[in-house]
Amino acid sequence: MSLVRARGLDVLIAAALLSMPFWMAAIGGYTELATRVLVMGLAAMSLNFLLGFTGVLSFGHAAYFGLGAYGAAMAIKYLEAGTIPAIAFGVAAATVAAAIIGALIVRRRGVYFAMVTIAFGQVFYFLAFRWNSVTGGDDGLTGWHRQPLDLGFATLDIFRNDKAFYYFVLVVFALCVAAMAQLIASPFGRTLLAIRENERRARFLGVPIENRIWLSFVISCFFVSAAGALYALLNNFTDPRALRFDLSGNLVIMAVMGGMRSFWGPLIGAGIFVALQDYVSSHTQNWMSVIGLVFVLVVRFFPRGVLGALRRGRPA
Amino acid sequence: MSQLVLFNVFNGLIVGAFYALMALGLSLILNLSGVINFAHGGFLALGAYFAYALIPFVGFWGALVVAPVLVAVLGLGVERVLIRPLYGADPLYSLLLTFGLAYILEDMTRFVWGAQSVPFQAPAILMTPLSGDYFFLTGYRLFMIAIVAAAVGGLFAVLNYTRLGTRIRAGVRDLETVSTLGVNVRILRNLNFGFGIYLAGLAGVLAAGLLGLSPTIGANLIMPSFVAIIVGGLGSLLGTLLGGLLIGVASGLAAVYVPSASEAVIYVMMGLVLLVRPRGLLGEEGRVH
Repeated sequence: MSLVRARGLDVLIAAALLSMPFWMAAIGGYTELATRVLVMGLAAMSLNFLLGFTGVLSFGHAAYFGLGAYGAAMAIKYLEAGTIPAIAFGVAAATVAAAIIGALIVRRRGVYFAMVTIAFGQVFYFLAFRWNSVTGGDDGLTGWHRQPLDLGFATLDIFRNDKAFYYFVLVVFALCVAAMAQLIASPFGRTLLAIRENERRARFLGVPIENRIWLSFVISCFFVSAAGALYALLNNFTDPRALRFDLSGNLVIMAVMGGMRSFWGPLIGAGIFVALQDYVSSHTQNWMSVIGLVFVLVVRFFPRGVLGALRRGRPA
Repeated sequence: MSQLVLFNVFNGLIVGAFYALMALGLSLILNLSGVINFAHGGFLALGAYFAYALIPFVGFWGALVVAPVLVAVLGLGVERVLIRPLYGADPLYSLLLTFGLAYILEDMTRFVWGAQSVPFQAPAILMTPLSGDYFFLTGYRLFMIAIVAAAVGGLFAVLNYTRLGTRIRAGVRDLETVSTLGVNVRILRNLNFGFGIYLAGLAGVLAAGLLGLSPTIGANLIMPSFVAIIVGGLGSLLGTLLGGLLIGVASGLAAVYVPSASEAVIYVMMGLVLLVRPRGLLGEEGRVH
């Protein structure tokens, strides 16, 4: 029902995203920045599937984002895979990891769940950092680049043409977002909302809580790893920072800043965060302090996020 | 070979003592207030840098006493102004706030003292090896163990034998009842937070003397501290202590046989613990949320 009411916003966002490469330059941005907004937006929306729509706080999603990134990068570098198989490879690797780790942590709740996800997130960081011969270690994985897209009837050169790559990312983004919207609107998605609102009542109603939270975790990691794979393709590079815990925290603040109770909120949060980070880090050495301050200010004065604050006046 | 093993076990024990000291502070705050203090590493680094700045004036021993107290006072202020308003809210918010605070603290230490590591000298009397065969047995390392042991002993003594400690322990069980009995819970949480930060500051001073001092010192130590809490069992301070020492020794041993896995091994341990004994080694059933 909220999906129906939000139609106007859907159209607005679709129009904005479709035209973004064209107005980005006018406001001082560049195409790559627009693509980064999309990628981070997808990552934050994927996290929010778990955070906002299941009510489970994961503070370790960077691990799956990074696994997607490394999976795609390695598939291209070592297996000479095309762009689409590379993404599929990254997503598969991350989803398997999420399924295993999810099973270990699914009984934890609240802060404890958050803490276990943080700690597990670091495993892959150290793997990437230490396993020099395969991952390139601290220097990252270089010596590869995204492959032109063979559509059968034509070849799309997403490697050299920035705008073509943007629209390729937009297609993947749209597919993922549409799938998430379908899932949330489905009976399965309704049980997730029920868990978020009142876990005990949902359990009494016969909802298999642990199973649903596990599924939600794995689905969320599935989509976040797609974003990670796109991120590696965007940079033609990946390094351990794609796996590190600060990225996990950044994804959470994107979701909160945009409004984690709304479907599009995290995308808006990601747009603000990415633009801000880009601007601040090119103007001051102390960008970490500015980002930190954003965290503090959002939590203290803006906890419902942009869309949350906009909706406040309206009847629920 | 056996000397190498002994060396690494000993080293692991010392590193584990850091983890434990830091994790105990985290645990104190988490147990009473339900806040994961991500800025703990930032406070640790600040303690070390305060000591670095104070040493020219009050010497190493003076700095060892004063620096942690200064950090603790800062912690009291941070709790009062930033964290107290979030107690009723979703734990998500306090986690995000301390996460942002960690960014700020790390950046500020870098801004003031530079991104490069700075020389941090422990007194020469502590740095001489005590034995020719066991070169790693320097006075500083034994001294460190003694200080950590004293700090941990002091912590448990305060918790078990003082009125404040009794109230903290009672508050961990049931804060509402403690409040109803007339204890000012706000002050209790404030002091408890400061206490936890004091331990972080102390760990910082000691760690700087052993590992060297750079702005990332806190960020490097905080993750293993989380693991220590999870392995030891949420809600049990004794478990946290045990968890810290255990993962320290495990990563020390791994450094002998599979050096590249010395970090990863502690996460493998955590996975095993969660698989076999989800509540942690000494965690109580039912206290895990």
